[in-house]
Amino acid sequence: MTERTIAVDYLARVEGEGALKVRIQDDRVEDVQLKIFEPPRFFEAFLRGRSYTEAPDISARICGICPVAYQMSSCHAMERALGMTVAGPIRELRRLLYCGEWIESHVLHIYLLHAPDFLGYPDAIQMAKDYPEAVQHGLALKKVGNSLMTLLGGREIHPINVRIGGFYRAPTVQELRAFRPELEGALKLAEETVRFAADLDFPDIEEDYEFVSLRHETEYPLNEGDLVSSRGVKVPQDHWEDVFEEVQVPHSNALQSVRKGGGSYLVGPLARYAINRDRLTPRAAQLARSVGLPDVVKNPYRSVIVRAVEVVFAIEEALRIIDGYHRPERSYVEPPPFTQARTGAAATEAPRGVLYHRYKIAAGGLIEHAKIVAPTSQNQKRIEDDLRHLVERSLSLDEATLTDACERAIRNHDPCISCATHFLKLDMVRQ
Amino acid sequence: MPPPRKPRLAVFKFASCDGCQLSVLDCEDELLAIAGAVDIADFREASRAVLEGPYDLSLVEGSVTTEHDAARIKEVRAQSKALVTIGACATSGGIQALKNFADVEEYRRVVYARPDYISSLATSTAIADHVKVDFELRGCPISKFQLLEAVGAFLQGRAPNLPNESVCIECKRRGNVCVMVAHGTPCLGPVTQAGCGAICPAFTRGCYGCFGPQATPNTSSLIVELRRLGMAPIAVQRLFRTFNANAPAFKAASEAATAEASAP
Repeated sequence: MTERTIAVDYLARVEGEGALKVRIQDDRVEDVQLKIFEPPRFFEAFLRGRSYTEAPDISARICGICPVAYQMSSCHAMERALGMTVAGPIRELRRLLYCGEWIESHVLHIYLLHAPDFLGYPDAIQMAKDYPEAVQHGLALKKVGNSLMTLLGGREIHPINVRIGGFYRAPTVQELRAFRPELEGALKLAEETVRFAADLDFPDIEEDYEFVSLRHETEYPLNEGDLVSSRGVKVPQDHWEDVFEEVQVPHSNALQSVRKGGGSYLVGPLARYAINRDRLTPRAAQLARSVGLPDVVKNPYRSVIVRAVEVVFAIEEALRIIDGYHRPERSYVEPPPFTQARTGAAATEAPRGVLYHRYKIAAGGLIEHAKIVAPTSQNQKRIEDDLRHLVERSLSLDEATLTDACERAIRNHDPCISCATHFLKLDMVRQ
Repeated sequence: MPPPRKPRLAVFKFASCDGCQLSVLDCEDELLAIAGAVDIADFREASRAVLEGPYDLSLVEGSVTTEHDAARIKEVRAQSKALVTIGACATSGGIQALKNFADVEEYRRVVYARPDYISSLATSTAIADHVKVDFELRGCPISKFQLLEAVGAFLQGRAPNLPNESVCIECKRRGNVCVMVAHGTPCLGPVTQAGCGAICPAFTRGCYGCFGPQATPNTSSLIVELRRLGMAPIAVQRLFRTFNANAPAFKAASEAATAEASAP
């Protein structure tokens, strides 16, 4: 009887601190653990007692890579609690800000974190010696996403302009129009990015995922839509807890999510594309077809192409919003007072997938209870399933090669470990 | 003769959101030039390649919240010729330092699913509470321009040239209308260190202090003004208790507001 252990103590090119442990007994994979040792930060605990107006800025600090997602999910949850509707140009500006975050986050992953795996480099800086043009395109494109966030949000990381009901200041038509040439240039780079991604070499692997994403009547989903799965779930976006649940496992400082009465599922670009490809903007849809992307992408390595297609979508959508923009008279809808206790929940599409927030607010407006479910915690169990299958097919590989392969399989899903960790509510192990 | 060895730069993460080290990758126009000037020796968010220490310059993000990290920061210090902390978590304990103010008894009564799976200290503290720090970059997040200045300065062997005046000075220079005087909007600009570019007032909102207290903050005068604008003491307490809650001047100000809130 032989026992092997594959261990990666510190995963590189992911956001946050994680590790991997796989235990193999003879020819059987006994155990796969994606370990999250990022220290817990207890956001849900200290959100209690804060004003509901503070949730967007505080919850944004869960993740420096996707702060807008936290700002959006918390705003929508509070507005649902208050029965408010935000429509017209303010709603469009929210989509525009989200487009900036999608561009920045996806391009970071495509060129700086994911592409080095396919081309055989430890990082994008080494890769730049042989592929200078690709890395420069990546940096230029990422910068456009960041510039859009700065234009609308004041800065790219933890933007300061988002509030319940809308924005502190709405940009002028001229300010947005002036950004058009940069987006037009970015569209060309993004189209090249789709072709660059499609030309990479992909292992011939398919996984049988249950995909979960928002689905909106007319739009590719960002802020709104029903929660839909590829196996028949369809509930309003604030009913996440009817369908899914979180479980705690000993090896991780993050909670894992599962479908109630079922198993793991996948959120993120592969899921959004599988469920919403008919809602893509014209150029994005056409590019997906031209590089031969199937209607449902089950090969996790090909997620790099889907991210590139979503970058094209985000740029086209940003251009559409800028062209149709008129400045609202007020930059926000005034929230009514919390005269009684209320609960509100909402899910939006972070770059990495569905981000769910639920808040219970006391009369007077202080937060009594907060629940936040990040995309990476929803994907964590599914990533472990991918790893199990990978190791089962690759038992003959030597240790180093198999370890590399496992790391790659994790990076396919762009896990954000900082996000996944905040939730553990407990705080009480003493010094 | 071999070329002289390039300085070794390392980036270390403690409890944080990753946003400040992301600022390194957000230097899109400068990243490849930086990579040409230094050997990036350890930067896990960006690279699998790791070079052994010692390091000429270590950038440290995040606060100390676990016993393991309290030991790890000492190892990082021992390996680093210069150590620069980046961001509010590293310089003050960050938003997670709110737990320093929590009523432990109240927390204890809360029933968690499996508290035994988690290890964590009762406090979140700044890196400088544990080891000597050569320079601090403030902000939640840091300014990437300040980061470039600090890295450049250390490479050239000079002191970073960064302001320690208040946000008010930056705000005037930017030509903003004062949100507190003109609109009665509560603003921490008068007591907060400059460096962000006074972006909040430029977007007609009050500064929320994410760069932490400036060198000589007159928080007691500001509290009088905030109270005059109609803020309740408990709201003043919350205003000082965000991303730099554990910075001494903001901590003292929030405690003064707490005392007023609980006065009969």
